[in-house]
Amino acid sequence: MPDTADVLCLESLHVHFPIQGRLFDRLRGRPAGAVRAVDGIDLNIGRGEIVALVGESGSGKTTVGRVITKLAQPTGGRMLFDGRDMTSVQGSSALRPYRHRVQMIFQDAYQALNPRHTVFDIVAEPLRSLRLVEDGKQLAERVGEALASAGLNPPGDFFARFPHELSGGQRQRVVIAGALAVRPELIVADEPVSMLDVSIRAQILQVLVDLRAKHNMALLFITHDLPLAWLIADRIAVLYLGKLVEIGSADEVTFNPRHPYTVALRNATPQIGGNVGRAELPALQGEVPSAARVPKGCRFHPRCPVAFDRCREEEPPPVEVGSGHTAACWLAT
Amino acid sequence: MTGSSQDKAWLLEVNGLSVDYGLKGVSSRAIESVSFALRAGEAVGLVGESGSGKTTTAMAIAGLLSPNARVSSGDVRYRGNRLPIDDDAAMRPHRWSETSVVFQGAMNALNPVHRIIKQIAEPCMLKLGMSRGEATTRARELLELVGIPADRGTAYPHELSGGMRQRVMIAMALACRPSIVIGDEPTTALDVITQAQILKLLGELRSQLNLALILITHDLSIVAEACDRVMIMYAGRIVEDGTVAEIFARPKHPYTRLLIDSIPNPANGKKVIRPIPGDPPNLVIRPSGCAFHPRCPSVMGVCGTEVPSLYKLGQGRVACHMYESSQKDKVAAHA
Repeated sequence: MPDTADVLCLESLHVHFPIQGRLFDRLRGRPAGAVRAVDGIDLNIGRGEIVALVGESGSGKTTVGRVITKLAQPTGGRMLFDGRDMTSVQGSSALRPYRHRVQMIFQDAYQALNPRHTVFDIVAEPLRSLRLVEDGKQLAERVGEALASAGLNPPGDFFARFPHELSGGQRQRVVIAGALAVRPELIVADEPVSMLDVSIRAQILQVLVDLRAKHNMALLFITHDLPLAWLIADRIAVLYLGKLVEIGSADEVTFNPRHPYTVALRNATPQIGGNVGRAELPALQGEVPSAARVPKGCRFHPRCPVAFDRCREEEPPPVEVGSGHTAACWLAT
Repeated sequence: MTGSSQDKAWLLEVNGLSVDYGLKGVSSRAIESVSFALRAGEAVGLVGESGSGKTTTAMAIAGLLSPNARVSSGDVRYRGNRLPIDDDAAMRPHRWSETSVVFQGAMNALNPVHRIIKQIAEPCMLKLGMSRGEATTRARELLELVGIPADRGTAYPHELSGGMRQRVMIAMALACRPSIVIGDEPTTALDVITQAQILKLLGELRSQLNLALILITHDLSIVAEACDRVMIMYAGRIVEDGTVAEIFARPKHPYTRLLIDSIPNPANGKKVIRPIPGDPPNLVIRPSGCAFHPRCPSVMGVCGTEVPSLYKLGQGRVACHMYESSQKDKVAAHA
């Protein structure tokens, strides 16, 4: 049920990447498998809401971001943006109106910026290619405005600079300014601060939070860092091997996690001043299995310290454990 | 700074160490008058942002400075003996046998075309003069020590996960029974749960083998978990040094305080983003006086002109003019 208040709605979203089987297997007619990067996700993001998508590497969090920005095509499920089904819309001209409403901020500001373009050209690029401005004067205004919103002041000082003349934090601000310039309604930020120094991180987070306050912009914040997610987000969604195992308000998920994986994540996060209620569960062994061989039953059961027989056979559905708080675990009620 | 070099209790002493990097005729100072000492079995965290000099300090101790680096003053002593840290060949008997390093990117540090058992056995043959058979036995022991079943030794690096590769790196670092292990951001590329496993392993090995550990990281929370003592570096200098408990409970230097505040901490329940204003320092055009003064909230007149020395304060040390008046004894002594 698409809610008109939601800017984005993912319904049972699947992204499976086919594996090219070995020649021998193909000749024998054995089916080649698939990497189930995203394996049935339901998630909605309200207008002006900040949702954090938390998971380890290989959990599929980046693929979700790429589907939303139409850089990857889902193999199942639906994606609604502002109530419109965007799942099968393809081609650059058909996507143009969408691209100007949804933007992405990448992790590595060193690679995301063209070293031979000036800051002005980098930020002006989306405005030019989406034909959002009429003349040069308007272009300069919009670029200046975007740079200022991203905290680069005075913006005029940065127009003629090249990426190598900027510090890491400034570069990430330029990336943010490029995403902002088109005034999107939703920004997907994929680990936007993980490459930055601690003292600069908070500055960038501040910019992102201010954007929401000023322009009511929604944000999907992709991260592996639970405390960071708690700090910036309204809601946290925890992803494990392509499925959401828990979703709820930032405080609920952080202080009252109901899925053993979320508990393990919280316990593993090193913290100053110790953890609240650490050592409720033993530390996890092993690592995330390959998405090409998703375990039967609950996909977390091989590593779960509290798994029992049912977990090995049946996949638990998400159940409501509190107001707006769901967890996919047979032990959650 | 003097006298203590005779003290045999110190495993490692760094005295007034300064290192310059030359680049296109311009010389810039990476670390300036760094002094500290380390006991056997002690774990100390070296924390700072990029450009703070933490890696230069550690690489200097291991004698692994890059060719364009120059030690302009100070020395490093191991069990009271001066180390030839700027002479690669002379450092060779010391390196790996006494001080070893676990590097950050395990994928790049391992040889992709050799089985891991061979890579671990190699230093044993070269350094300890073992035969191939003895070295392989030792390598199997080392694998078990770091929590990898010895039979996995026939795997190539690409067949292992990130956490396993980092364990192999640790096994290699331990091969020649060193007494100091330097971890250069050993868990930065790893997932949270794997990171916790590696930190736990390092802690266990440390008590089992009485290893001294120097952990280089930008992440204060890792230090809070894994170290006894922490040294905060900023723009090439140690600005604060103290026990983990003391620094996190009562940070003295304004930079330390801001750094701790800028880390999201659900335990204190306050959802406030507190950025440190300004940009990290430029090492070529270094700010005058205290390098932190352009960003410091408690800046005073003297901060822009005079570099504060590292005063002894309580159990630790701090380099800030705020504590100058309370401290008559201006000797930058060991902690």
